[in-house]
Amino acid sequence: MTRPADRAMIFLGLGGLAFFGCFVDAAWLRAAAVDDDAQRLQMVAQLRLTDLALFTEARYTRHPSQADLHSAFQDHPLAIEHFPTGSLIGPPAGLQKVGAGEMKYPAAGTAP
Amino acid sequence: MKLWIEKQRYLIDFTLASLARRKARNIGLLLVYTLLVFMLASVTLYTHALRQEAARVLVASPEVVVQRMVAGRHDLIPPGYMEKIGRIRGVQTRTARLWGYYYDAVTKANYTFMVPAEDAPAKGEIVVGPALERSRGLAANNGISFRSYSGKLHTFIVAAVLPQATELVSADLVLMSEESFRAFFDYPVGHYTDIALTVANPQEVKNVALKLSAALPDARPILRDEVLRTYAAIFDWREGIVLALFSAAILAFGILAWEKASGLSAEEKREIGILKAIGWETGDVIKMKFWEGMLISLTAFLVGFVAAYVHVFHFAASMFEPVLKGWAVLYPHFQLTPHIDGVQVATLFFFTVFPYAAAVLVPIWKAAITDPDSVMRG
Repeated sequence: MTRPADRAMIFLGLGGLAFFGCFVDAAWLRAAAVDDDAQRLQMVAQLRLTDLALFTEARYTRHPSQADLHSAFQDHPLAIEHFPTGSLIGPPAGLQKVGAGEMKYPAAGTAP
Repeated sequence: MKLWIEKQRYLIDFTLASLARRKARNIGLLLVYTLLVFMLASVTLYTHALRQEAARVLVASPEVVVQRMVAGRHDLIPPGYMEKIGRIRGVQTRTARLWGYYYDAVTKANYTFMVPAEDAPAKGEIVVGPALERSRGLAANNGISFRSYSGKLHTFIVAAVLPQATELVSADLVLMSEESFRAFFDYPVGHYTDIALTVANPQEVKNVALKLSAALPDARPILRDEVLRTYAAIFDWREGIVLALFSAAILAFGILAWEKASGLSAEEKREIGILKAIGWETGDVIKMKFWEGMLISLTAFLVGFVAAYVHVFHFAASMFEPVLKGWAVLYPHFQLTPHIDGVQVATLFFFTVFPYAAAVLVPIWKAAITDPDSVMRG
């Protein structure tokens, strides 16, 4: 019969193998997804897409990179954001800087 | 060497027997510890993979998209605008894009209607995204009607469904011909939604944007780098929100682990006293406790991480998906390609395994260097 120490080491060894197995599995899944990746890239290039279709409920969440900064509060300046995704998209980087009393209108497409 | 290994085996045997004497407490701690690693690893693995996916896919997006702004709002590109851009040096190709949103009252979802620059469907035909296929139960050669914003009903034949592999970028797309698009939205002739540009020299993209802003003051050039930064910022923000929500759990675990590890119970103190009284050296006591810390924290890390990997990449992160991905009626179904960031894993390992191991050692060292008699008396 094996000793508790041996059983513990075998268990940790198996855990270690499973841990490195994650990296092997990740490499295998990446290799298997090459064709799918190529299809996605081709579609983005062909249709000149700019955004992921993750959040489709509002125009500024469907295309966050293309939306103007007023979109989220479009109803009136103090309107409360009512789309769930909108509240989970961070405020513009300029607003988060310490001492940023006013934010200059960004030159182009800065992070919303 | 053999002697050393044999000694460690005995120490581990003793440690496991000691842990088994407080079975319920230690199993509870191990479960909570594993769950914490699982949650942290799930969030970091998922957001990193999603961030990588966005970066890899959007690298093929246009180098510059030019929008026209009127009173701070996105407006249509009028006739003549394209010609002005053509005179800017460095611009290789210009493609006017036609796209817009349509709210479908049937599914209560928004679709993105778009005209492909090449291989557009024939007039009266559409090509739909996979999420739309699911939500409206569509298939090739089916007919579907949409009521346009002018109130007229337009019927289209579904010519094809976009491949499922592209769902991450095409879930809600409806591709149609320019003629159908203009008729459906009453889009003025010669006007476009925006313009996609390619720039011959990647180093010149910023200069082109500056020249565009100077030549067309009402233009808003959106660079691909900014699009990529936007997505990185979105997923960083979401990761931060989830981690902030977890911070209470992390703190609670920190207190639990510290309490367990640093505050020795009377029983443990007596145990150390007896060990020293029967001849164990201070170093042996510390080694025993080192093994205790390592066995618990390594088990929690390995089990938690492997479970998180399986959860994220084989079960589509079903527990955190809604918060990290977003919320929408048309939800894209896609399997993330695994990308594991070695630095993130090392950070997770460092911050989950070492603090516990250290927290176990310090009080034991204090107890082990004191006189066995006073330790046993408490």
